[in-house]
Amino acid sequence: MTTLLDVADVSKLFPVGGGPGFFTRFKRRFSGGPEALPKVHAVDDVSFTIEKGETVGLVGESGCGKSTLVRALTRLIDVSDGTIKLGERELSRKAARVFARDRDRARIQMVFQDAGESVNPRFTAFDAIADPLRRLRKLRGNALTWQVETVARQCGLPLQLLTRFPHQLSGGQRARVGIARAIAVNPELLVLDEPTAALDVSVQVVILQLLQQLKKEIGMSYLFVSHDLSVVRLLCDRVLVMYLGKVVESGPAKEVFDHPLHPYTRALVAAVPRLHENAGERLRLTGEPRSPIDPDPKVCRFYGRCPRGTDACTTAMPALRSFGSRRVACHFAEEFLPQRT
Amino acid sequence: MAATPALSVEGLSVEFRTRSGIVRALDNVSFSVDKGETIALVGESGSGKSVTAYAVMGILDPAGKVTAGRAMLDGLDLLHASPSQLADVRGRKIAMIFQNPRTALNPIRPVGQQIADVLIRHGNVPRKEAPAQAVEMLRSVGITDPARRAKAYPFEMSGGMCQRVMIGIALAAKPWLLIADEPTTGLDVTTQAVIMDLVNDLASQMGMATIFITHDLALAGQRSSRIVVMHAGHVVENAPTRELSTNPRHPYTAELIAATPDSAASLDELASIPGSLPDLRRTDLPPCRYSERCPRKIDACAQPLPYAGGSISHIVACWNPLPASSEFEAKASAA
Amino acid sequence: MTVIATTPQREGGLAALIKHSRYIIAENPVTGFAFALFVLIVLAAILGPEIVPYNPLTSDTAQALKPPSAHHWFGTDQLGRDVFSRVVVATRLDFFIAVASVVLVFLMGGLAGVAAGFFGGWTDRIVGRVADTIMAFPLFVLAMGIVAALGNTVQNIVLATAIVNFPLYARIARAEANIRRDAGFVEAARLSGNADWRILAFQILPNVFPLLVVQMSLTMGYAILNAAGLSFIGLGVRPPTPEWGIMVAEGAQFIVSGEWWNAAFPGAALMVAVFCFNLLGDGLRDMIDPRRRT
Repeated sequence: MTTLLDVADVSKLFPVGGGPGFFTRFKRRFSGGPEALPKVHAVDDVSFTIEKGETVGLVGESGCGKSTLVRALTRLIDVSDGTIKLGERELSRKAARVFARDRDRARIQMVFQDAGESVNPRFTAFDAIADPLRRLRKLRGNALTWQVETVARQCGLPLQLLTRFPHQLSGGQRARVGIARAIAVNPELLVLDEPTAALDVSVQVVILQLLQQLKKEIGMSYLFVSHDLSVVRLLCDRVLVMYLGKVVESGPAKEVFDHPLHPYTRALVAAVPRLHENAGERLRLTGEPRSPIDPDPKVCRFYGRCPRGTDACTTAMPALRSFGSRRVACHFAEEFLPQRT
Repeated sequence: MAATPALSVEGLSVEFRTRSGIVRALDNVSFSVDKGETIALVGESGSGKSVTAYAVMGILDPAGKVTAGRAMLDGLDLLHASPSQLADVRGRKIAMIFQNPRTALNPIRPVGQQIADVLIRHGNVPRKEAPAQAVEMLRSVGITDPARRAKAYPFEMSGGMCQRVMIGIALAAKPWLLIADEPTTGLDVTTQAVIMDLVNDLASQMGMATIFITHDLALAGQRSSRIVVMHAGHVVENAPTRELSTNPRHPYTAELIAATPDSAASLDELASIPGSLPDLRRTDLPPCRYSERCPRKIDACAQPLPYAGGSISHIVACWNPLPASSEFEAKASAA
Repeated sequence: MTVIATTPQREGGLAALIKHSRYIIAENPVTGFAFALFVLIVLAAILGPEIVPYNPLTSDTAQALKPPSAHHWFGTDQLGRDVFSRVVVATRLDFFIAVASVVLVFLMGGLAGVAAGFFGGWTDRIVGRVADTIMAFPLFVLAMGIVAALGNTVQNIVLATAIVNFPLYARIARAEANIRRDAGFVEAARLSGNADWRILAFQILPNVFPLLVVQMSLTMGYAILNAAGLSFIGLGVRPPTPEWGIMVAEGAQFIVSGEWWNAAFPGAALMVAVFCFNLLGDGLRDMIDPRRRT
């Protein structure tokens, strides 16, 4: 399997409250004040790869940094540190501001969560799908129309809906438009940011099956971001679990959900509602998450909410350690490894 | 089942007047909740589950009108009560929590006072003691340092805390019945678990009945003892949770279960529901609004729906329901 | 450069707008009334000088200060000029001032505001300070100052009105651009290969436009009042040009002696025009906001 995407030591820090203004920074340069200002560590030292043809899931709750990571990967924002390699090309070197005109722009595309928000309300479905084709493939006239219609058909969007505006389409139809737009330029990597979160469960099935089918037809890799673990379990080959900016666990999707090794993953899995079970084992997280502002680099991010907390957790940040195909960042991961008979 | 239910909705029908016609949002909806029971009202968007709650609480959009039915709460028909009767009952006997806590809280009043207001108005608590009891209420909904937080305004609190405050306000006067309209939609799954635990715990402590409205069948199954499934303004099935999840009898319920990711081992096993919702503005809607998309449709489906097609505790509105499994059939004949 | 699908022509565009407009006017008769009045004003502006019975500039002192009659519907002023003719002809000038002012302030304020909201940083700071400076003055005093300094021509009145309204338009445009800067569709546009200027022009501006249009119809009323006010204190158009404000100014001195028609009719015309533009603003907003469409 060839590696398509190689993310190495990526960090993204935001100054708190937008940072000091021009004059403050100016003064600081002369008065010799501290350059280090409080920063939010939205993404902290994240490394992973995506192979060609793989579907990798990214799960985590609000504040874990997955949205920021995804925006860095798709080059909508710049990284503070680290590299992002797509195939042979190192993407992070070019600034996000000018990446829109880059020749590799079409290789990574994104499907957004709420297609209603991600399509300009004044654009018809046709315009929305045609936009990347016009800009990145320079198609015009009949060639453009033909390509838009082909992609629409591929995504199960009836052609007569192409002239409609987003608010005239149902949730499922809008989702199809979002997908059609993203695959129109044949990306190698498709990032899906909670594409079915706003949809009814019956529509969600159809869209997920469509995504599966498209992947086979076009041969893309997927990065599937979601908070819905049941969906990730079905769709993804591998999964990454993030918490407060760090990857805490990764491995084959089914294994991670059936035998979670990190205490956070275990709490997450325990909280997923199951139709045929009662809200049984109360593995609940108490307290509030730690602050992402200038976190102590020696203290595990999960310390304080973890059902277990020892001194070891405050003196050394647990590194991501490998156990076969699994990786976990916890000092006590060994205890939860499934027994081999 | 001899005791009077906490709430009994009978034959509720609601219409909305819109620019493009009259939307028959609810048609002959009936169900009941026993005292202390937690039931779930489950359906996809457009099923009418929220409309039902709004109609019962009397907070329907002005374009909506109740065209038939009753909602009996302790002898009072909520749908035909006077404003002062309603004001008396809301908060004291029936309360509601919503999806977005920030819209439910008054932004310019400290949260402690908002709870105290309810205690004074509905809880018969003397003015002097209300603030202290409000602090206790905040503590019981899991807010740390409640004495200090009681003086805070909603904008100073996180979304999760506002949710808890909203629950506190709803439960302050210990109502008989709580309606929870998608209270955890949009929340992280761990937060969802904690909030649902809280609501369930308080409900069982207070002996309160709960109607839990959600589109998430798995969540409904986990948290309620009985599930009422709605489709296009109709109740299609009403059964105890375990029976419904292992032996769904209405075709729509079966399809809904088959579409829930949690129940499948692989993506190919998931089945989507054929067809789409009928347009509720039509004047020629068939008596069974699912019949046009139903794979089990028979000639009899053109007739008005039956009300019971199974054991009394398991209601199916269908002429051709899926067979009952032997386990539950035995119970039915004994009933 | 719109390419339309080979499958059905889009139902949007002009046909839908007209249908929707008809609906709005039917729903709210006041808007319909304002619209009809607006058409009347435009007609008066276009055809005025051709259809009036008398030349608005010809004076006939023998006929001075005659009350309204069959010959002179609105009476005559102190120089014997027919007031009715002058009022109707003045429509063109006042309407021109109104339209020119709003177009100018839309361009200046709208573009500056959108750039400030979208790019932030220095652009935002500069536009912000300029707007603050303008807002520091009482607006009418500022208009007076500009016209007094540059000379009282129609162009300067238009410029003064535009400058005075700049902060308002800049602020509206900036707020809208700021909100949409991080909107999903802007991110999607970047992913699709759109450079920033393209996003501004084709994604942001069309969404900002409806709000500004509503403001523009309100500003039209203000522009006329502004010009009238400036004329009233002698800083507006120069006589003998017929303009409602200057007619009110000149006519004011005659009210005490009982010749009310000099000031009353131009004043009424002013009032009707401003009233009409304000009502129109409400109706326009209903028509243009796509979310209100079924």
